[in-house]
Order: sequence, then structure tokens, then C-alpha cells
Amino acid sequence: MRGMPRPRIEHPGRILARLFSVLFQSYGPQLILVVCCIIASVFASIQGTLFTKTLIDSYITPLMEESAAGVTPDYGPLLAAMLRVACFYGLGVVAAYVQSMTMMYVSQGTLSRLRKMLFEHMEKLPVKYFDTHAHGDIMSIYTNDIDTLRQMISQSIPQLLNSAITIVSVLVSMIVLNIPLTIVTILMVAVMLTASTAATKASGKNFVAQQKNIGAVNGYIEEMITGQKVVKVFCHEQESIRGFDELNEALYESAFKAQTFSGFLGPINAQLGNVSYVLCALTGGALALASDLTAGGVAAFFLALVQLFGVLSVGSLASFLTFNKNFSMPINQISMQFNSIIMALAGADRVFALMDEKPEEDEGYVTLVNAEIRDGELTEADHRTGRWAWKHYHKADGTTTYVPQEGDITFLGVDFGYTDDKMVLHDIRLHATPGQKIALVGSTGAGKTTITNLINRFYDIQDGKIRYDNININKIRKADLRQSFGMVLQDTHLFTGTVMENIRYGKLDATDEEVVAAARLANADGFIRRLPQGYDTMLHGDGANLSQGQRQLLAIARAAIADPPALILDEATSSIDTRTEKIVQDGMDKLMKGRTTFVIAHRLSTIRNSDCILVMEQGRIIESGTHEELLALGKKYYQLYTGNKAKE
Amino acid sequence: MLKTLAKQIGEFKWIAISSPLFMIGEVICEMIIPVLMGQIVDKGIYGKDLGYIGTTGLRMVIVALAGLLCGMLGAYTRAKASSGLARNLRKAMFDNVQSFSFSNIDKFSTSGLVTRMTTDVTNIQNSFQMLLAMAVRAPGSMIVAMCMSFYLSAELASIYLVAVIFLALVIFLLMKSATKYFKAVFEKYDALNESVQENVSAIRVVKAYVREDHEISRFEKAADNIYHMFISAEKRVIAIAPIMTATVYTCILLISWLGAHMIIGTGGVSTLTTGELMSLLTYCLNILMSLMMVSFIFVMVTMSEASARRIAEVLSEESSLTNPENPVMEVRDGSIVFENVRFAYNDTSEEPVLRDIDLSIRSGESIGIIGGTGSAKSSLVNLISRLYDVKDGRVLVGGVDVRDYDMEVLRDQVAVVLQKNVLFSGTIYENLRWGDPDATDEECQRACRLACADEFIEKMPEGYDTRIEQGGSNVSGGQKQRLCIARALLKKPRILILDDSTSAVDTATDAKIRRAFAEEIPDTTKLIIAQRVSSVENCDRIIVMDNGRIHGIGTHSELIENDAIYREVYESQTGGERDFDEKK
Repeated sequence: MRGMPRPRIEHPGRILARLFSVLFQSYGPQLILVVCCIIASVFASIQGTLFTKTLIDSYITPLMEESAAGVTPDYGPLLAAMLRVACFYGLGVVAAYVQSMTMMYVSQGTLSRLRKMLFEHMEKLPVKYFDTHAHGDIMSIYTNDIDTLRQMISQSIPQLLNSAITIVSVLVSMIVLNIPLTIVTILMVAVMLTASTAATKASGKNFVAQQKNIGAVNGYIEEMITGQKVVKVFCHEQESIRGFDELNEALYESAFKAQTFSGFLGPINAQLGNVSYVLCALTGGALALASDLTAGGVAAFFLALVQLFGVLSVGSLASFLTFNKNFSMPINQISMQFNSIIMALAGADRVFALMDEKPEEDEGYVTLVNAEIRDGELTEADHRTGRWAWKHYHKADGTTTYVPQEGDITFLGVDFGYTDDKMVLHDIRLHATPGQKIALVGSTGAGKTTITNLINRFYDIQDGKIRYDNININKIRKADLRQSFGMVLQDTHLFTGTVMENIRYGKLDATDEEVVAAARLANADGFIRRLPQGYDTMLHGDGANLSQGQRQLLAIARAAIADPPALILDEATSSIDTRTEKIVQDGMDKLMKGRTTFVIAHRLSTIRNSDCILVMEQGRIIESGTHEELLALGKKYYQLYTGNKAKE
Repeated sequence: MLKTLAKQIGEFKWIAISSPLFMIGEVICEMIIPVLMGQIVDKGIYGKDLGYIGTTGLRMVIVALAGLLCGMLGAYTRAKASSGLARNLRKAMFDNVQSFSFSNIDKFSTSGLVTRMTTDVTNIQNSFQMLLAMAVRAPGSMIVAMCMSFYLSAELASIYLVAVIFLALVIFLLMKSATKYFKAVFEKYDALNESVQENVSAIRVVKAYVREDHEISRFEKAADNIYHMFISAEKRVIAIAPIMTATVYTCILLISWLGAHMIIGTGGVSTLTTGELMSLLTYCLNILMSLMMVSFIFVMVTMSEASARRIAEVLSEESSLTNPENPVMEVRDGSIVFENVRFAYNDTSEEPVLRDIDLSIRSGESIGIIGGTGSAKSSLVNLISRLYDVKDGRVLVGGVDVRDYDMEVLRDQVAVVLQKNVLFSGTIYENLRWGDPDATDEECQRACRLACADEFIEKMPEGYDTRIEQGGSNVSGGQKQRLCIARALLKKPRILILDDSTSAVDTATDAKIRRAFAEEIPDTTKLIIAQRVSSVENCDRIIVMDNGRIHGIGTHSELIENDAIYREVYESQTGGERDFDEKK
């Protein structure tokens, strides 16, 4: 890609091999067909080039002499020869068409497959991967890396193939025509390649500078435009422009230099090509004098040369046809095509790196099933009964037992850190009996959210035990464990789709009536009906056309429709104003009834009626009890909610 | 649209015009070469005249050098003009955005603006560069080659003419229909990436609902869809190459056949030489290559049209707020009056956001504003520093209509801490000095003490010189809010507006900040929007907003008496018991 320094990658060969193995796995026969077509094209092309020599030497020159001698020339043999060549040409055209069609199916199919593999694998990665990798970086694998791969597979490779076909066939024709001239030509091509490599290297510095400056300008624009309203409020426009001008000027300087250098390569190569014509003409002339070379041979050779340099300088022209958004392909540079392949390989490297990430492991085997009591005994049911049980298979004696799902959750001396060297939770002990509402309070960073991350095993604990209905949660299949919790998070993420679809996300087979009922429960029905298309209103860009509060209401409805046995509410109502919250609260209370619920909130009204409030500080539980008990205690909780100093 | 963009070429106009001229020079040089080559064959090879080959060779070298010079000058001017255009476009957009009012900013989304200034500009830069390189060159070399062919043999050249017209038509039609598909496919492509983006940021939701398989099948469907669209688009493009090759081959055969007849001639009179035949065959290749280039340009221009349109939109957007002709340059005091104000964000919406607002606030008063989501609290205060203009009625600050002030003067005196606030990359000091570039270290620290930000800042390893990352990602929500308050305080404004600016700050600190305000800046008019009753109850007066109207106004105890909404909010937050703050 123009404007990009050639990136360093560790094992380009290995990555290429892997890419090809992906290609071969699904498209072996097609690739063999492509190779056959290539051979046919080369053959046809050689016949065509050699024909010029035959035309001049075997027909035109003798016939000319005949004509000069007054004999009426006989065009019959010439016509026959031309028909023969026409057949070869026909073969060439058909082969080229079949080849590019096949390559298109192969390349697009492979890309589609790569994309799916990537996404499928990504969905299976643990939450930790997403927490430890910048989302922008993950996205760039899809938007940039797959995209450069797309260009490489669907453009650069076919182009290189075509170029290679022409070069090979031209070289073969040349050798057939005249060996000394071929040697002269090869020497000139070597000079051209050296010259352009040297020039590319010399301009490398400028490309790096350009790239760095692009980064700086884009970063500045992003930061300032994001904060544009603040800039306005502080009348900071002039300063903001001044900062921008500086960076913009630097970018201009470096871009100008880099572009100039890359622009030089084209004319240099083209004119070196012309110099080779001269050299070949001189050598050819000398050889013709020495008389083992005919006029037809020289003419055919020149045409071959034109073709060769045409490929070298114009071969990459098809890259204008990069229907990509940045038209950043090079002018006149076949070597740049290699560059774009190297870029793509670097992209492939990142794609494979993501595919090599270890997926979330799940050694759990206890599953959550619908249950009913038949003959006084708890057994599995094949329909929704509103009652759940843990299906526990015991390997030792081969029996299966059913444990009722009640929502009894116990933390026993749990230690946890996101990295091994820094613990964020210390010796957490808590016990939620079925149906209890447990509130977690404390300042930011105290570890409240971390606890909820552990309950549904987004992360695994370092030490201690978490038991769910007296089963170690490590034994429960993750999907079932998570399905048993409804989660409403502070950052409500909605998906592109209608309001209806977004609520239905909680239960994919829910009827429209169920969706509306869930929306009513969350008190979202009112505002949804006021939306332009009601429940069919499309939400875009993470629900940006809704207010934060409305989005939270939808998230609550989404959790409600799932009708989960237990709930985790992490600041679920923080952006809903208190009046609305009061109304939502009724729905929430209905939702929480009979379910074990973990609530994180900084608003007193949300948590005051909890069965147990846990006050956290720096990864430890420092106080626990009911609202009244904790107020009476007069320590941290009292201080948090009254704004007064703790009672000593 | 193109006019708007073309204006931005500015000082690079002559450079941009000269570039294609150099390209024409290069083309002419390139086109002379085949003629010379033909002469070498005819006179040098047939005549076995090495001396002639030598002199013609020398001429070829000279022509090549001239071509090199033209080519390099072309590249230089092209690079200068296109980088210059990009620079000017970025600058013009950035400058114009700086003049945007809030409603202009609302119109374009933030990310939209960023894309327009980065990706779209790069698109235009690349297209412009290619246009300069190819727009004259490709048709030019085609025309020159055609002329040369006609010069050599009008009869044979007419074969090219027919072939070119045929190919131009075929390519144009195929490209046109392919472009349509490609446009559609890229839209889908963006949508696909958007859904990946959603999955990445909402991975917790996906995992919590165990919807991995659901998402995968959705993705696969979309990916298949894109696959099929790509295939239908590329099918058309791929057909071009074989059609071209077939045409070239037909031309070569026809020319060879007819050329042979002409060379051999009738009765020993030949109308063509072998060398000329070779030159003609060379031009054949040239002409078809140029045709290919022209079709690329066609595609390229269509593809960057969208970028050009998006840029032009930003450039031609005019700020909806302008300074008056003779602006008032001084804000007398911090009094605020709303007279029968009606306000809406756009002219078309049926329901105004604010209506019938009549309000008078004395200088130095502290006012709390409370109300449900969407009750237009923020809209109300945004009118004070003229972030938006009223539709009816007027807003007076210091007894003067806000529209009569110089905007900068007004905004320096009315400090707003926005709900969606941002810090910028730089040290804490640098961020604070947005409020007052000349503030001393002591003044900065004092502001931080008032905003209760001093404690955590001093705990940081580098204190006030700690670097804030872009978007303030290395400080917590509450810390960010306090820094933003301190930054606003440094303006030493007559009016201070806090738009839900302490929502992430714990109750105790919130109370401390309010106490500091009351004691340290008693003369500043303070407007505090809050969700918590405890944040506003000690204000001189509290405004209760409901659905774009003032529902009630008065002191805490008055409102408890008279205002149903206020009472309800209060009770919902305290559970009907006495408030804790009053227990002291």
C-alpha cells in the first residue's frame, strides 16, 4: 500500500504457507484447474508472439520478393497459418477467462470462510481477551487486516499471476527468438529492479514520517472533535486550530516528500525500459549484420520487449481497480505489489494470531434443565415449567442426580486478581440464601463488579471456592451457569435491529406479546410506543438514538423476558431519573421476587431494602448487614450515605 | 460540490495545472519511441546499417531522457498538489468545525466528522493524485497513439478506431453495473463490521445470555450475503479482461493480414514497410492499455464521489450562531432572566423542548434544577451561555440579551460543566489552564481544592504534572467530574453551571464541594442540575422541570409543601423517612 513502510514480519513464509493451506483445504481441484489454465494461457501467448516472426520471415519477406518479381502472391498458406494462430488465441482467451472466474470463486470463498472462522473463534474467546485487548485493535483485524487480505487475495494475487504468465511467456518467446538479446534484456530488468528497490529504500524514511504524522493528525482530530463542545464552552477554538495547523503542516511536508519519491519510480522504470530498446536495437543490429538474425526475429523481439515492459510498468495498473476505499495502490510499480502482499501477510499474521488465541475452556458438565416433580421426585421436564434443576452426572458411579436450582450462592475465601501479580479481591466470604437480595456498595475500584464477573465465570478465581446450590461452579457448564443469571449492566449494549428484536434477545423464541409484557414490566412500554415506529423502530449504533435511561429500561426488559432464576444488576438504573426509577423499581421488585439477586448501585433508594448490604473497600468486604444495622453501626456505610464523618 | 472542493486547491492551482502538462510531455516522448524502433527495423536491420542504428539509438536515448525529466517533474508537481489539497481540505474543515455552534455539531455526529476529516480526505487526496497522473495521460496517449497510427496508415488505424469504440462501450457498461454492485457491497461490508464492533463491545451481554451461536449464525448469514454480492460484482469486472484480450488478438490478426497485403503490395508497389507494421502493432498495445486506464479513472471518480460529497457538506455548513455587529464586550453581573422563552432543537419538530419559560435569577443566587429524564433541564441552561438560540422570547444575562454579547465574552463569564464532559491529553495543569491560560500553579491548586480534586491529585505519583490520557481514560468518572469543575472554576465566571456534574461523585464529597462553593465563591451565580435531592436542597431556590415547563420553583421546604413532583422525588430517594443530611 502506498504510504506504508514495509512492515517487518517474523515468518512471512510460514504465514503464506498457512494461508495457502486454508486455500487448498477447500479449493484443491479448483486450484489445479487454475494451474492448467495458466499453462494453456502461456502456451497460447508464446504462439502469438512467435507468430510475428513467422509472419514476417516466412510469408511477408518471401511474398514481397515474389511480388517484386511480378508473380501474383499466393496468400493461401498465410491464411492457413493465421487461422492456426487464431485457434491458439481462442484457447488463450478461454483459459484466461476460466482461470480468473475460478480464482474469483476461490478468493471470495476463502475470504468469506476466513471471516466466519475469525468471528466464530472470537465469540468463543474468554471475556478476559476483550478486557485486555483494545477494542479498536480487535476491530482493526476485521476492518483493516481482513480488508488488506481481501485486496491481496482478490487483486494482488490474480494480478501477479497474470503478470507472471506474461513474463514467463515473453521470456520463453525471447529465448526461442534470440539468446544474446534475451541476456541483454534480463540484465536491464535486473538494473530496473535494483534501481527501484534502492529508490524505495531511500524513500522509506519519508514514508515512516508520513505514517507517523497521519497518526498524529488523526489522533488530534479525533480528540478535539470528540471534545468539540468543551472547546466551544471554553472558547478554545483558536488554540485548537493552532495545534492543528502545526501537525497538519508537518503531515503535508512528509506526505509531499514521500509521494514525490514514489512518483519518481514510474518514470525511472519506464525510461530505463526505453534504454533497453536502444541496447537491444544495437545488439540486434550487430547480430543481424553477423546475419544469424532476421528482420522478423528482431521485430518479434521488440514486440515481446514492449509487452514485457508493459507488464512491468502497467501490470500494476489494474490496481487502480482497487475498489477499496483508500485507492492506495501504487502507480507503475510491480515491486509495490509485493509490498502490498507483505502488508497483507502482516494482516494475516494478526488474523491468525486471533485464531490462535485460546478459546474459553469449559470443563463443566453439570447442566441446567427444566424440572418438574413427578411422583414426589424431581425429574427433567421437556418444557418450560418455571422450575429448574441442576442435572449432575456422577462419573464415579454412573448415576445422575437432580439438584433443585434455588439460587444459594456461597463465596468461600475467594481471592482474585485480573493478573497474577495484583490481587483485587481478598478473602471474600458471602452467603446468599435463595431469593435474597444482596447489595454491593463501595467506591469505584472497590471490586464490586469483579465479584459479579466471578459468579458467572467471566473470570476464574485464583483461590477459594464459589458454590452454587452447593455445587462448585467450576463443575457447571458455563453456558448453563450464565443462562441461570439475568444480567443488566451499567453500559447497556443494544444491537442494531428493532426494539422488538433487542428485547427478544433475552429469549429468542418469545412471542410479540411476551416482548410487550416484558417491556411493561420494565416500564419501557410507554416510551417505546412513543417512538416513531413503536416496537419496530430500528436502533442504530448501539442505540445512540435513545437516551441512556431509555436504553437501561430496554436492557431491563431484555433481562425480564429471559425470566432467569437469578439476577445480577450492575448499576442497572444509574441513568434513570429517580422518579422513573421508582416506577421501574416496582417492575424490578416483581422481577427480583423469589430470585437471588446481586445489586450494585450507588443510589440509596435502590439498595435500601436489600436483605444484606455488603460494603466493599479495596477488594475486601468491610461491613455487612441490613440498612438499619449498618446505619446503627455508624461506620463506612453511614459515612457514604450521610456525607458525615463516621461515628467513632 | 466539486466547486467547493476545487476552491481548496488554493495556492497549488498552478502546480496542479502544470502536472498534466508534464504528463503530456512524457506521453509524447513515449510515443516517439515506437516510430524510431520501426525505423531501426526498416533501415537499420533490413539495410544492415549499424551506423544508422547507432544514431537512431542515440536519438531514442535523448527522447528517453526528456521523458524521464517530464515524468519526474510530473511526479513532483502531482505530489505537491495532492498533498497540498489534502492539507487545505483538512484545515478548511477543521477551521469551519471550530466555528460550528452546538446545533451544527449535533447535526454531524462526532465520529462522522472524524471520518470526514481523515478517511475521506485521504480518499480525495489519492483520487486527485491519480487524476492528475492519469486523466490527461491516458486519453492523451490514446490520442497520440491513434494519430501516429493514422499517420502510418489510415486504413489500418481505422481498425483501432472501431475496436476502441467497441471496447469503450463494453467496458463502460460493465464497469457501470459493477460499480453499482460494489457500492452496495461496501455498504453491507460496513454494516458487517458494525455488527462485529457491537459484538466486541457487548461481549458481556452476548456471553451472559449465552448467545454466541445466535451471533455466529447471524454473522454467517451476513458474510454469505456479502460473498454473493462480491461475486456478482466481480463477475462483471472479470469479464472485461478476456473481452479486451480477444479484441487485441482480433486487431493483431486483422492488422497482420491486411498489413501483409499492403507490404507485399500489388505489382511491386508496397504501401507499408515491415517496420511500420511493427510500430502499428506496438500502438495497438498502447491504445488498449490507455483505454483500460480511462476506465479505471471512471471507476475511481465514481467511488470517491461519496467522500467528496461528505467533505463538501462540512465545508458548506454555516454556523447557526453568529456574533452581532456591535457586540457588548462586558457582562455586568451574574443575573439571569428568561422572558417567555420557547425553544426547539430543530424547526420541524412539532413539540418544543422548552415552552413558556419565565424566570428571573439574581446575581449570586444559587439555583438547583431537578426533573426527570427528558424534562429539558440541560436545554434550559444551555440557553444561558448561548450554546443554542431561543426560538421565541429572550434570555438576558446581566440585563443584556445574550444575542447582543460577543460570544467569547459571554462564555468566559458563563462557565458550563457539561454533562458529557471530556478531558484532553496533557498534564493536569494543562487541562486546568483551559479555564485560564495565565493561571498560576497556586490558582490551579486552589480551584482543585474547591472542587475537592486536590486529594486524589496529590496522591498521584506526579501530582499536578500527571499526564491525562486521551479522553481522560486514566482517571475515574468521579475524578474526571471534579477536574472538570476545577477547570470551569479557573475561569472565575460570574455564572457557574453544573449540568449533573457530580453524579459519579459520592454523596459526602458532593456535599463538601457544595459547601466550598457557598463559602468561597458567594458572588457567583450557581446553577446546579442534579438527580439527587440532597445535591440541590440547600440552594436558595430550586426549579422543578417537567416536560419542558417549569413545574415549580421555590425553596426546599416550600416545594415539599406545594410541589407534587418534588415531593415524590424526595420521597423516592429517602423512602419517606427523614433525610440523612438533616440528622447532623
